[in-house]
Amino acid sequence: MNDALYHDALMALAKDRTHAAALPPGAGVTVDNPLCGDRVTLDGRVENGVAHGIRHKVRGCALCQASTAALARVLEGKPAASALAEAQAAVESVLAGGSAPAPWDAFAPVARHKSRHDCVKLPFSAVKSLFSGT
Amino acid sequence: MNLRRNFPLLNRPGPRIAYLDSGATAQTPDIVLDAVRAFETSARANVKRGVHRLAESATEAYAKARAQVAAYLSVPAEEIVFTSGCTAAINLVAQSFGALLKPGDEIAVSELEHHSNIVPWHMLAARGGVKVNFLPVDGEGRIVVRTLSPRTKLVALAHVSNVTGAVLDVPAIVAAAKRMGARVLLDGAQRTPHGPVDIPALGVDFYAFSGHKTFAPHGVGALWAKAELLDAMPPFLGGGEMIANVTTQGFTAAKAPAKFEAGTPPISGAIGLGAACEWLGTLDWAEIAAHELRLTGRLLDGLRAIDGVTVIGPQGLQGRAPVVSFDLADAHPHDICQIMDRHGVALRGGHHCAQPLHAKFDLAGTTRASLALYCEDEDIDLFFAGLAEAKRVLT
Repeated sequence: MNDALYHDALMALAKDRTHAAALPPGAGVTVDNPLCGDRVTLDGRVENGVAHGIRHKVRGCALCQASTAALARVLEGKPAASALAEAQAAVESVLAGGSAPAPWDAFAPVARHKSRHDCVKLPFSAVKSLFSGT
Repeated sequence: MNLRRNFPLLNRPGPRIAYLDSGATAQTPDIVLDAVRAFETSARANVKRGVHRLAESATEAYAKARAQVAAYLSVPAEEIVFTSGCTAAINLVAQSFGALLKPGDEIAVSELEHHSNIVPWHMLAARGGVKVNFLPVDGEGRIVVRTLSPRTKLVALAHVSNVTGAVLDVPAIVAAAKRMGARVLLDGAQRTPHGPVDIPALGVDFYAFSGHKTFAPHGVGALWAKAELLDAMPPFLGGGEMIANVTTQGFTAAKAPAKFEAGTPPISGAIGLGAACEWLGTLDWAEIAAHELRLTGRLLDGLRAIDGVTVIGPQGLQGRAPVVSFDLADAHPHDICQIMDRHGVALRGGHHCAQPLHAKFDLAGTTRASLALYCEDEDIDLFFAGLAEAKRVLT
């Protein structure tokens, strides 16, 4: 049942370092999944409603890395509130077994693995916290 | 030796399950399932309080289970307290023995403990001014026995680490504790699945273990403590069956073990645990230990041959149980476990409820293979086939 989980598009996202950064301690916001130990640190700012300088540091699984990279990609330079809402809707749809646009369609196989949904959702908690503080 | 045939889940139709997650929960043999079913279909009733024939039968079966567990540990039956698990057993000691401690007294645990042997002591410290000290762990994941503080009243350690597989040097820690007049508690959750435990020979004061890791149902475990300690400790939970007398003014506690078994105990679970202990006591443990050790050696040798793999724990077979945790560079344990599942291999990934140990090794988590008496060479073959794919996909 895991055949398609780690497919090429998802692994490409997981290895996407475009917005990765060696964030120093205290930078941005950090969220943890206490069950698995995954940790996402996200930094950036919202100016005039637009997300800028999105950077992330992930200590987590391939799904968490891929989701964080995808989120950074769709947020950077976009209207923060609407871009986040679209991403949120897309990821909820794809994890429920529905359709979603790229890059979220890469997560379609995760829908069957409920124990891994939180891996995909963790960066969303980080970005909500980040945006609520900026 | 073919003990796998005794475990129906491992023999169900379909592809083989290489069950290497026995450190989390072991599978249950027919003899335990039969014992539980026999109780549920012929004697199900509450214990102690009834005079009808079913209640009599249930009470007898419950008492027999206590005796079976006691025999597995070579201790008197009246010193066995049934609990809901190992965690509950340790919490019982933290609450009840902890009530005898005074501000300034100290508890010694170690960096490799399961959270169930850390958090109860943190909770006790937060309430009563008791200090918790941590014994260090060396590079091979073994507890370093050193001189204890003279204020140490209890040393609470894992008999076998649930991460590194290291077996505690019990004589050394008992000697160190006794020099300071401290009691010793062993968390035996990872030890009892691997053969009878001669508790009197260990020289400890408390021993806690869980049923579901010892081939018994979930929701049951046991605490052994010396009678003198059970007598001195106040009860932890209050309720029915743990009292001698109750008035509007107060209560008098029953004698142990009833004093620590408030309410309806996990009766069918205890009966299953008793059956498991009795069955385990009939097996040839010299043969099983050699078998488990040989498979552990295969795991260690095979892992060492893979670039990027680091075994977290003893590198050799001396003083270790069949629990092998490892790190595969750039691959997350949950991703490894997910891919291994495709090969029918059940592993565990994460911090294994041992965050301080993983922090010491600067790891978020590890991947763990934990063996039991039903594991076979074919399981190890599947493990390495799966790991090869995990490495290819993830690194």
